[in-house]
Amino acid sequence: MGKLKAVLAAATLALGATAAQAEQTKIGFVYVSPIGDAGYTYQHDLGRKAIEEEFGDKIKVSFVESVAEGPDSERVIMNYAKNGYDMVFATSFGYMNPTLKVAKKFPKVAFEHATGYKRAKNVNTYVARFYEGRYLAGLVAGKMTTSNVIGYVAAFPIPEVVRGINAFTRGIREVNKDAQVRVIWTNSWFDPGKEREAADTLIGQGADVLNMHADSPATIQAAADAGVYAIGYNSDLSKFGPKAQLTSTVTNWAPYYVKRVTEVLEGKWEGNQDTWDGLKEGMVEMAPFNDAVPQDVRDLVEKAKQDIIAGTLHPFAGPINDNEGKERVAAGTTMTDGDLLGFNWYVEGVVGKLPN
Amino acid sequence: MIRFEPRLAPSRVMVYGAPILAVCFTLVAGAMLFSALGYDPLNSLYLFFIQPISDSYGLTELFLKATPLTLCAVGLAVGFRGNVWNIGAEGQLTMGAIVSGAIAVTWYDSTSMFLLPIMIIAGVLGGMAWAAIPAFLKTRFHANEILTSLMLTYVATLFLGYLVNGPLRNPEGFNFPESRMFGDAALLPLLFDESRLHIGALITLFVVLLGWFIMSRTLIGFQVKVVGLTPLAANYAGFNPKKVIWMSLMLGGGLAGLAGMFEVAGPIGQLQPVISPGYGFTAIIVAFLGRLHPIGILLAGTLVALSYLGGETVQMELSLPLAVTGVFQGMLLFFLLACDVLINYRVVLGFKRKAA
Repeated sequence: MGKLKAVLAAATLALGATAAQAEQTKIGFVYVSPIGDAGYTYQHDLGRKAIEEEFGDKIKVSFVESVAEGPDSERVIMNYAKNGYDMVFATSFGYMNPTLKVAKKFPKVAFEHATGYKRAKNVNTYVARFYEGRYLAGLVAGKMTTSNVIGYVAAFPIPEVVRGINAFTRGIREVNKDAQVRVIWTNSWFDPGKEREAADTLIGQGADVLNMHADSPATIQAAADAGVYAIGYNSDLSKFGPKAQLTSTVTNWAPYYVKRVTEVLEGKWEGNQDTWDGLKEGMVEMAPFNDAVPQDVRDLVEKAKQDIIAGTLHPFAGPINDNEGKERVAAGTTMTDGDLLGFNWYVEGVVGKLPN
Repeated sequence: MIRFEPRLAPSRVMVYGAPILAVCFTLVAGAMLFSALGYDPLNSLYLFFIQPISDSYGLTELFLKATPLTLCAVGLAVGFRGNVWNIGAEGQLTMGAIVSGAIAVTWYDSTSMFLLPIMIIAGVLGGMAWAAIPAFLKTRFHANEILTSLMLTYVATLFLGYLVNGPLRNPEGFNFPESRMFGDAALLPLLFDESRLHIGALITLFVVLLGWFIMSRTLIGFQVKVVGLTPLAANYAGFNPKKVIWMSLMLGGGLAGLAGMFEVAGPIGQLQPVISPGYGFTAIIVAFLGRLHPIGILLAGTLVALSYLGGETVQMELSLPLAVTGVFQGMLLFFLLACDVLINYRVVLGFKRKAA
């Protein structure tokens, strides 16, 4: 017995050397894809680095990448909760139900789920108003196109992606009534091969500006090789096509992560909150413009940006027709966040039918 | 000069000892790898192999992860013994999940006790039906089953994508591509409270025993082996190779379909765009690691499952990249194959003796 105690004491001492660590608030991140050097997960990882920088030794941060949506994610989230983590950021839509299941069992752990719509007393959701940046990108594309065919490489026909296509098209049609948007679906968040094929096909159909909702820079590279323009997403992708990328809709999760971690550290964190931040809060940003973008276009975009921030401009303010000519939003009304959450029709200017 | 000379009779002990030896080599090489990366090798190995299963929750998670791998591999191994190369277990798994899931979604408010048995049968039949296509093409047109079964995998996953985006989409889910959550009557009973391990794990154990019985104690098992080892002898004996092809693919497809049903009615609880993170493909490795023997496959399935869990743990604790999981699985297979070479061949130094 005495020996055991001595061993335990020694072990405690050894641990005591890192006693400060025991006081640390532990925060776990669950990523859906590899971090890589650009894209969706990369931006979340920048957010993680930002909180590490901000809070230093007060927190211990850990992450698991490429966690499949489904049963695997529940185990990873569960292991964080079980191992004494105080806060978990689950950064993909498919982690929604697993997060809620684990949250129920660990009422004291703070859970943050990106892009979902189900909340609980210890689960918050957050998403960026990407569509605001998409609208600004649309203004640029509408001004820069000469063929009036604009291509869009899109991942899955879910509301989030459809919302982006629609906002982009609204921006285009604001400045160019003749331009049309053609969409090709890849049915994958990350598939450079398919994205490249889709981009090449769109260029073949006459598109001279491409936009994308996917995780690889393949679209930018395709545009660079063909000598046409493209607009990036998630990260500034200009290094993959310095001449091709006009600008990029960039997500900056850092301010939100810093805010929520501060709340946890101060014991003020609360669940059941839904956050939709956009240009105003800095969650959505535009990457620096390409030299090819003339000053009047830059001014136009800047003005629209300020109007969106001020609340005087909304990309989905009526009247809005769908692409079959039916009026969906009457003049004088604006789509609510609830409407935006379930977007399942194309606005005027998008070619084709939404796959159902 | 180093040459390999075939041994007259490989040692029986070593044939079964090789996997154990391979595991030992993997541990040593893994320790070297960890210390080369600057981590304490023993602690790292502890985190990889022991920590994930150091409590009862971890053990249940291990068996939960091993269940689909083992089920698929047992079915595939029968075919591999008979020279039937079914590479499409992933698609057959998906089809089993689709058919059983469609039943669960259609009768989502049913409380009938017959729902679950019907779903199990439907899952098996779904997998079988998908495997019947390569079987028919092979026996009727001599189409290579490697190609047909592999390509049908993509068809199955795209079909699943169509269903969750269309007919089986949750009407209350804001158009997100997911089905409803299954009702309680459509979920497999859990073996322990507070875990996710379901009754399917027990059924899997039973299937392993059944697989062993069929292969070693029945005429059809004998026929499969003879057709695989010496097709000519099988011909003289009057064995019907078409029967063996059909049998292997039906068994492989049926068990993969059952695995898919276990996933959707177990840890997932709904239909999603992706059901399996590649279980059908990993099962091929598991089958060979387990020496195409059902009991060996059970052990191999558990070991490979552990490598996934361990990979997550070292990511969380040491911030090692995800690639470490792949490295360990690769080393395991490499050392197994290397051992195989040395069991079947002896290394001889010097030049070949001239025949007297």
